[in-house]
Amino acid sequence: MLEINDVFETVRMIENENLDIRTITMGISLLDCCDSDIDKACNKVYEKIVRKAENLVKTGEDIEREYGIPIINKRVSVTPISMILAASGGDPLKYAKTLERAVNTIGVNFLGGYSALVQKGFAAGDEALIRSIPEALDITDHICSSVNIGSTKTGINMDAVKLMGEIVKQSAEVTAYKDCIGPAKLVVFCNAPEDNPFMAGAFHGAGEPDCVINVGVSGPGVVRSAISRIPDANITEIAEMVKRTAFKITRVGQLVANEASRRLDVPFGIVDLSLAPTPAVGDSVAYILEEMGLEQCGAHGTTACLALLNDAVKKGGVMASSSVGGLSGAFIPVSEDAGMINAARSGCLKIEKLEAMTAVCSVGLDMIVIPGDTTPAVISAIIADEAAIGMVNSKTTAVRVIPAVGKNVGDELEFGGLLGSGPVMPINTKSPEKFISRGGRIPAPLQSLKN
Amino acid sequence: MRAVITVVGKDKVGICAKTSTLCAEHNVNISAVSQNIFDDLFCMVMLVETDGLDIPFGDFADILAKEGRDMGLDIHAMHEDIFNAMHKI
Repeated sequence: MLEINDVFETVRMIENENLDIRTITMGISLLDCCDSDIDKACNKVYEKIVRKAENLVKTGEDIEREYGIPIINKRVSVTPISMILAASGGDPLKYAKTLERAVNTIGVNFLGGYSALVQKGFAAGDEALIRSIPEALDITDHICSSVNIGSTKTGINMDAVKLMGEIVKQSAEVTAYKDCIGPAKLVVFCNAPEDNPFMAGAFHGAGEPDCVINVGVSGPGVVRSAISRIPDANITEIAEMVKRTAFKITRVGQLVANEASRRLDVPFGIVDLSLAPTPAVGDSVAYILEEMGLEQCGAHGTTACLALLNDAVKKGGVMASSSVGGLSGAFIPVSEDAGMINAARSGCLKIEKLEAMTAVCSVGLDMIVIPGDTTPAVISAIIADEAAIGMVNSKTTAVRVIPAVGKNVGDELEFGGLLGSGPVMPINTKSPEKFISRGGRIPAPLQSLKN
Repeated sequence: MRAVITVVGKDKVGICAKTSTLCAEHNVNISAVSQNIFDDLFCMVMLVETDGLDIPFGDFADILAKEGRDMGLDIHAMHEDIFNAMHKI
């Protein structure tokens, strides 16, 4: 028989501490949809996504009701569309519209994969797809885009870095009439994982199986609450508590992943061990750091606390899952985290501190609102800095900044839903124009020579 | 399958009766019950067998939750596996 305390602990985690499964993401390969005729390719893409994922939302809801655990998002990731475009040529926006139509048929929250992998250079289809991103993110509501511009193995493609600065800026401008939502759905990666279930950066890598179920867990509220119950513990004890909590959270993720995989008859891929915050109070990664003993997130000590948290989450989670992947770590998206928003508003959390934090957490500069007059070159330089951290440390880093067109420091941008809202944060405006305009490639670092 | 029903709320007459009646009405067999009162707070955990359930499990969970709200109680019905996954290796 189960222990009564264990039963109530589980119920408390779900009811009071926002424990949930953040996403069940079905990865679908579109490689067999390639066709030299773009209209035929679009038909195949639509047909395959709908055929594979038609029961995804219902299955997620069934599991949710049976197990009593909320499953917030049901999503789809697909093969980077640039690869399909390489075969067909033509107008990439046809694919964007096709994907949106498929999303509306199957009812998922988001679809990721309007993507290109250009860490070493542009292949056929890559540049055309990237240049279409601003319009694609404007004419669709549920499509997410990502571009990988660097990796530890290849170095950083500075031509792509330059281009992406311009694309992020353009994307904000064309969606200025809807609070610059475009760049909130666009991630620029270094070392992008090919099995990541989280948006906006999810895509289905070319080495993945035909169809796969990946699950992203969450639970910052549970971790914070566990730490708050040991107020006088030393740091070793806190690390142990985070590990134990992460284990429990991940076991639930693995259970849901197995069940979804069985019911949909699709192989299980990975569980992504992530602490993903939401704007709901009590579901914040920043508040975990503050619970460890910081007056506010952004204070000196933040990077150390985050390093401990990130590591303990992995150590606890890795034993709880048969296969771990994706981003796996703590997320620090500013506009999606109530504690980060407060810290950014008060000026305690600055972009330089966030950059340092990205060296020890799972992703990068995420959901940061920057002044609308920021030049493309500055955005490119932010991307280059972040990619350099990822490249040298053999980790994923990413940039998702949102230039708030017509707004300046002190103003706020409101996206609503999981994307939240955020204050415009000040950034260094000295020009990196010459550096960015040089183009070329930052060679792969010594760390890449492991053979 | 086996499920766990948890009931938490201010103690009053008829909590056990109401919950057990709902189980009986929907052909759910109660295998074990553990119950305690802490500071006037009634806490009960029931392990039940739902193979004979006459409606989908999700609907049954919704009925329990609604009856619970009407009596000022928190009632949850969840698949047993979620507790086993979290607390047993």
